[in-house]
Amino acid sequence: MSADLEQTLERIEHEAGQAVAAAADERALDDVRVRYLGKKGALTALLKSLGSLPVEERPAAGARINAAKERLQEALGVRREALVSQQLAASLQAEQVDVTLPGRRQGGGGLHPVTQTLERMEEIFLGAGYSVVAGPEIEDDYHNFEALNIPAHHPARAMHDTFYFGDGTLLRTHTSPAQVHVMERQPPPIRVICPGRVYRRDSDITHSPMFQQVEGLVVDRNISFADLKGTVIEFLQRFFEKELEVRFRPSYFPFTEPSAEVDVQCVHCLGEGCRVCSQTGWLEVMGCGLVHPNVLEMSGIDSEVYSGFAFGMGVDRLAMLLYEVDDLRRFYENDLRFLKQFN
Amino acid sequence: MKFSEAWLREWVNPPVSREALLEQLTMAGLEVEGVEPVAPPFTGVVVGEVVAVAPHPNADKLAVCEVSDGSDRFQVVCGAPNVREGLKSAFARVGAVLPEDFAIKKAKLRGVESRGMLCSAAELGLGDDHDGILELDPALTPGADLRQALAADDVTVELNLTPNRGDCLSIRGLAREVGVLNDMAVDHPEPAAVAPVIHDTFPVSLEAPAGCPRYLGRVIRGVDIRRGSPLWLTEKLRRSGLRSIDPVVDVTNFVMLELGQPMHAFDLRQLYGGIVVRMARPAETLTLLDGQEVELDPETLLITDANGPVAMAGVMGGERSGVQPDTRDVFLECAFFAPLAVSGTARRYGLHTDASHRYERGVDFELQHQAMERATELLLDLVGGEAGPVVEAVAPEHLPEKPQVRLREHRLHALLGVAIETAEVDAALERLDFRLLERTETEADGVSWTVEAPSHRFDIAREADLVEEVCRIYGYNRVPARRPVTELALREVPRGRSPENALKAQLAAQGFQEVVTYSFVDPHLQDLLDPGVEPLALANPMSSEQSVMRTNLLPGLVDALRSNLARQQDRVRLFELGLCFRPGPPVRQEALLGGLLCGSRVPANWAQPAEPVDFFDLKGVVDRLLEWAGHTGVTVRPVRDPVLHPGQAAELVMEGEGVGRLGRLHPEIESRLDITKPVYVFEIAADVALARRLRVHRGVSRYPSVRRDLAVVVGRDVPAAAVEAVVRETLGDVLVDFRLFDVYQGKGIDSAEKSLAVGLTLQHASATLTDDQIGRYTQDVVAALERAVGARLR
Repeated sequence: MSADLEQTLERIEHEAGQAVAAAADERALDDVRVRYLGKKGALTALLKSLGSLPVEERPAAGARINAAKERLQEALGVRREALVSQQLAASLQAEQVDVTLPGRRQGGGGLHPVTQTLERMEEIFLGAGYSVVAGPEIEDDYHNFEALNIPAHHPARAMHDTFYFGDGTLLRTHTSPAQVHVMERQPPPIRVICPGRVYRRDSDITHSPMFQQVEGLVVDRNISFADLKGTVIEFLQRFFEKELEVRFRPSYFPFTEPSAEVDVQCVHCLGEGCRVCSQTGWLEVMGCGLVHPNVLEMSGIDSEVYSGFAFGMGVDRLAMLLYEVDDLRRFYENDLRFLKQFN
Repeated sequence: MKFSEAWLREWVNPPVSREALLEQLTMAGLEVEGVEPVAPPFTGVVVGEVVAVAPHPNADKLAVCEVSDGSDRFQVVCGAPNVREGLKSAFARVGAVLPEDFAIKKAKLRGVESRGMLCSAAELGLGDDHDGILELDPALTPGADLRQALAADDVTVELNLTPNRGDCLSIRGLAREVGVLNDMAVDHPEPAAVAPVIHDTFPVSLEAPAGCPRYLGRVIRGVDIRRGSPLWLTEKLRRSGLRSIDPVVDVTNFVMLELGQPMHAFDLRQLYGGIVVRMARPAETLTLLDGQEVELDPETLLITDANGPVAMAGVMGGERSGVQPDTRDVFLECAFFAPLAVSGTARRYGLHTDASHRYERGVDFELQHQAMERATELLLDLVGGEAGPVVEAVAPEHLPEKPQVRLREHRLHALLGVAIETAEVDAALERLDFRLLERTETEADGVSWTVEAPSHRFDIAREADLVEEVCRIYGYNRVPARRPVTELALREVPRGRSPENALKAQLAAQGFQEVVTYSFVDPHLQDLLDPGVEPLALANPMSSEQSVMRTNLLPGLVDALRSNLARQQDRVRLFELGLCFRPGPPVRQEALLGGLLCGSRVPANWAQPAEPVDFFDLKGVVDRLLEWAGHTGVTVRPVRDPVLHPGQAAELVMEGEGVGRLGRLHPEIESRLDITKPVYVFEIAADVALARRLRVHRGVSRYPSVRRDLAVVVGRDVPAAAVEAVVRETLGDVLVDFRLFDVYQGKGIDSAEKSLAVGLTLQHASATLTDDQIGRYTQDVVAALERAVGARLR
């Protein structure tokens, strides 16, 4: 191999090495490749010039040039990789965000706390095979009173301060009429709960003229007061997720006999006495009883064969206890600052 | 009802503490609602005897008294007009502490030394009488502790009695109950009959015997009402929540509290002819004791004399015939009025009195003689006079019958779920004064008790009532708790209907907050939001703002919006699901789902500009709801709706029927309501929103889809839905997605026109579409659009 060729080759290699190192990006690097390895590149040109060498020198010179070419290709590769990772690093750097900035979102909505409470109650009863039925809110006197063993002039009517319409219809004062509707259309066994809005002319810290109740009704053979107690106690313990004490006091509802008022150990102080339970340690949470035989009979159910129990409780009242709300009327003020606390 | 514990314990005194006694009452169904001490704390006050009274040297209105406490004598200056020699009164010695920490010290009053103080009722916190010092029972021993002498550590107990327990509206009734609970006899002597000393009577006749089956009258002549009521009487009344009026009224009230029998006393001077108990006649009026004159309706049971009505039976006496301070001769009334005769009357006239409260719940119909004797005895004792014989008018056939009821042991066990010992049932029935008529035993029923209810119980009619009585005495809390055993039926889960809460969750996920608003609303707001519809009005609303039933959900939603805007909430999204009431007849009670948007589109944030919501935010919400339900056949078309913006109002139509609406509230309404931002609302029939189309798998094409975008120019008024409908109809199933991605009006487009850019995604179920086919589909669409809506390619 001529010293001449050797010299040229060394120069080219040297220049190419510098060019590779100097290439600032992939494009510049590609220019370098074209300049030395392209069709008209310097090393390509040298290979093409092999033909002008004496035959015996050609193999060695060829090998020498090819080796230079490979070295350059490798240098190009190494450099490219370096550039790619450099660039990636740069773009990652550039794409960095403040992860503590809030996300892009639609504002949150939610369900009313009384709805959530009701859902919880329904869940508990649905699991035991109860079904949920609804009823009208404007009722006739028969379904709201007469069929529930509350004839006209009955003093119990004074317990229900009723909203009337001019034609004698009324806003239901309890969800109990739904019981009657169910018994009128369905033979026993019956296991239903009837949630809904009810209305009484009353407004103070624990009363709203409109509130929500859940009525429960079970009618079957051999339903007893013990069954009622078991159901009510278990419901309250499941609902509050506490092994609360529950007591039953004799009371009076014309549509149940025996009737009971149910007190649960204060969920707040567990019976110690606090503001929530007015220092009594007990909270009055529902009324209940065995369905009065007159009520069964009026709905066409044989009271000698069947018996049943019914209970009614204020959803708002339970929601107050569940969420520690101090004024029942807040549920109907629809203040977003209040409602969003339960989302 | 309020009663004094000490008075109750005079009748029956079980060896249990106050707390235990009150707990017994509550747990027997007589709920204790409150307990108040009858007197505030004071100490050092004793019974004092005034042994001498001399004028004060320096003051006309003061007297210098000598007071004995039994062992010593004290000089006490006193200003009471009733201080006199021999009087026994409340004596606060030096060192005594009266209510409100008022300490009694040696003092000089107008130069005369006073060692202690004689006290009025008010000074001891025993009521508000401060006209004179207390006049104690002369039988009390001087020096005795006054708190003890007056039972001042007594409490007033307030009971919340259920309407079935009218029998407990007296000390006698409560004592009976306490006796039963403690298995103790109530041993209160019945008053002896007072032998008449004069022959005077006043005739009584019953013309309405159904309402008044028994009426007792008695003349007492020569009473002296000015003697006033003694302290023991006024204290008993006060501790039962009643004020002292005069001795005659006080005695009738006392008998009512003690025995449960309301009574009335007439001034005999004012009665003419005789007493006739009858129904009111047309155009009769009566001026009641409280001064109000009422026009009487013919359903009203009256006590009348020859001159007309003198009392509304069982409710209130008349003014004319009432007892006056100078009354000398009285006519005492003691009657049984039927519950129904009184309850209707009291309610119709809006009169609720202690008497009507008892009569409408049922007064013991065998009590009248006893009560009359008790009242006579007390009156003669307190105000003197001479009693005539008792005149009784009675219609026995109209007296209540004592119900005879059978209780079967096996039924009792089955209903309570516990086998109560037979002996316990025997004892409970006996203690409750049920008269045993028959006791048999059979295989089927076990023991059967046939009993007659006592005359004081008006709530015993059937076996269930006895079951409750036995259970009450047995103790509700002794009944075991168990789980009902029943068939394990599985419930139906309809696929065609979504649970309400799933629908609500959908809206919550779209940023809506559920509200629950009143079903009764302000008629003005209601009229503004549903003009021309006469809503159902309550006959007895609590306030005019809550007097009509909503016919749609807008009043509640808008009201909630306004109050939240007032609380600086700048972005409000609300929804409600509830019944609305369309006036009939018949009234339709339909559940609606309604929502409202107002304020910014998204909560203010760093990433997006703050933009207010517009119609299409609203539309998107509704679209999403319909999509969720799976409704494909709902069309949206512009509508004229008086409460919505004329250019931004649409109705939802399904199978030719309107099922909902959406739009911006009419700007005039917004400004009438002082809302300064646009308000967007929607309402959908709940049945439609909750219906769920059954989903069925349609297959997924394995062949590639292609998208072609077209920009067409159409008249400005051409609805986008018309363009979409043409495209869908032309392409049929091959169109798998239609997307309207640009609407342009402005430069380059005639002002009467607009440009719509649509993206069509085409895909065949069983083949790859060729360029030719795609070209043909596109041409077909362009041609159809031209024909149908005059569109041209842009």
